[in-house]
Amino acid sequence: MALQITQACVNCWACAGVCPNGAIAREIPHFLVDDQKCTECLGDYAEAQCAAICPIECAIVDEAGDPLNPPGSLTGIPASPV
Amino acid sequence: MDLPVIGNTAPAAGGGCSSGGCGAAPDALAHLPDHIRAKVQDHPCYSEEAHHYFARMHVAVAPACNIQCNYCNRKYDCANESRPGVVSELLSPGQAIKKVLAVAAAIPQMTVLGIAGPGDPLANPARTFETFRQLSERAPDIKLCVSTNGLNLPRYADEIARHNIDHVTITINCIDPDVGAKIYPWIFWQNRRIRGVEAARILVEQQQKGLEMLTARGVLVKVNSVLIPGVNDRHLKEVSKRVKAKGAFLHNVMPLIAEAGHGTYYGLMRQPEPTTAQLRELQDDCAGDMAMMRHCRQCRADAVGLLGEDRGPEFTLDKIDRLALGDIDYETALIRRKEVRDAIHGELRQKREQQQTLRREAGGAPHAPAAADHGIPAGTRSVLMAVAGKNGLVAEHFGHAREFQIYEASPGGVRFIGHRKTDLYCGGSATCGGDDGRPEAALDKTVAALAGCEVVLCSKIGYEPWNKLETHGIWPNGEHALEPVEDAVLAVYRELHANGKLALPATERQAA
Ligand code: SF4
Ligand code: SF4
Ligand code: SF4
Repeated sequence: MALQITQACVNCWACAGVCPNGAIAREIPHFLVDDQKCTECLGDYAEAQCAAICPIECAIVDEAGDPLNPPGSLTGIPASPV
Repeated sequence: MDLPVIGNTAPAAGGGCSSGGCGAAPDALAHLPDHIRAKVQDHPCYSEEAHHYFARMHVAVAPACNIQCNYCNRKYDCANESRPGVVSELLSPGQAIKKVLAVAAAIPQMTVLGIAGPGDPLANPARTFETFRQLSERAPDIKLCVSTNGLNLPRYADEIARHNIDHVTITINCIDPDVGAKIYPWIFWQNRRIRGVEAARILVEQQQKGLEMLTARGVLVKVNSVLIPGVNDRHLKEVSKRVKAKGAFLHNVMPLIAEAGHGTYYGLMRQPEPTTAQLRELQDDCAGDMAMMRHCRQCRADAVGLLGEDRGPEFTLDKIDRLALGDIDYETALIRRKEVRDAIHGELRQKREQQQTLRREAGGAPHAPAAADHGIPAGTRSVLMAVAGKNGLVAEHFGHAREFQIYEASPGGVRFIGHRKTDLYCGGSATCGGDDGRPEAALDKTVAALAGCEVVLCSKIGYEPWNKLETHGIWPNGEHALEPVEDAVLAVYRELHANGKLALPATERQAA
């Protein structure tokens, strides 16, 4: 059970600083979650910390590949802006 | 040249004239208490005079952010703090310390080191404070400064007070959470993402508390606000009053930058940017409440060296990485740095005394720049000039300028007003449709962007734009290439005066 970081990631370091398990590492071309260490924050916090601070929609996904922050959910920018 | 250049501030009292143009502007720093005045008057960021002599630099050690602003796209660096000088290269604290010491040893005039991003320094406390801690130890003669969105400020106020931190800049765009909800979609607070009015309420609370805690600890605080028309424009006057009451020593209002090409919420949603007139009106309104700093955006956060030079290429990351900390002889540098600083302070003091004597002789108050200083009678009308500048010099080709700096020349001196952008080439944004890509269309836009200006100063200009500008009553001038901007503006103002151009109202002259 682990979250994953996608190529939408902009390498801003925010998630790495808040992960309670030190599960996020800087890699090229983008940050990655160590699926051996990630607990999805269960037992530590109500929200997955990386997904709660990540500013980029669709950068963090669950095992099914669904984004924790879907398009529009962080910026309020609609899919096709006016 | 010993010419008055009005500092960063607008006059405290406007006797019927909307700006500093009435020749009765009090000394830019006169309103400040003595101990703050002493700190500020030779400060490269706050003293127009000192920033010709001293240099400052930024290190990008703080990538993460804990809030979202609607004018920021995190794919790029912090929009409100470091544009146009976008800091590009992320440094580790170790790299940052080596770089700062190497620069300080090579350029003794480098006296201020800032951490402003690319994210929020206090959302990266370990990196930020490691950098500050080592620098206060190894280079006690460097002033440190930090900019923050304020969310984590109360938590780190004590730590900030412990280091050699000269001043803190807080970006405060509102004190009303309902206004804030239109600026900040979310914050990360106590391990949760919080949205809407609730998020704004927490942010506002923390910013205000942080401001109080810092001033109570004797740390200088400057407040920046981004002017967002229709969102916080009316509200900012209140903000200005409140932050002043809490002890901020400067309030700096900056125009929103919202271009679709930047991919920000405001950019994509076509949130209008303030017009120059709106910005000026607000800066003038707030000036009665508090000193405003207008030349702020001239600073180049990414440049290393004095005004007009960039020695950045001497200190690239690979050069820094090849350097060992032990290679830098800071002991010797400390002595040399002090000598250089003392010499500059002596020169500045002498200049100030000379000016005060001149003013006294001219019958003015010791701090008031008298019109007689440069021979233009008080009451002469002011003139707006656009400058294609680079690093504080008139150095850009008209056709290459993506942005013009607007200056106001008046009998009181020269004052920076703001920036105006031009659309040189198609930016790939939503505005890029067919005809807009033509050079003539771009030129039309530039001319429109320069409305209200009577002169354009640039290093060179082509024949066609020259004619076009002239038909619009704007006088192109390429005679001051590579001169410091303020000196050039003043020289042109004097020339206009000498030719009798200032006797006519701007509109008549332009029609003539
Ligand atoms: S879900 Fe929690 S444990 Fe997993 S990577 Fe994110 S912050 Fe770390
Ligand atoms: S917070 Fe998001 S964008 Fe930033 S490094 Fe982590 S995954 Fe990438
Ligand atoms: S605080 Fe700065 S980095 Fe963070 S979202 Fe706002 S503008 Fe961007």
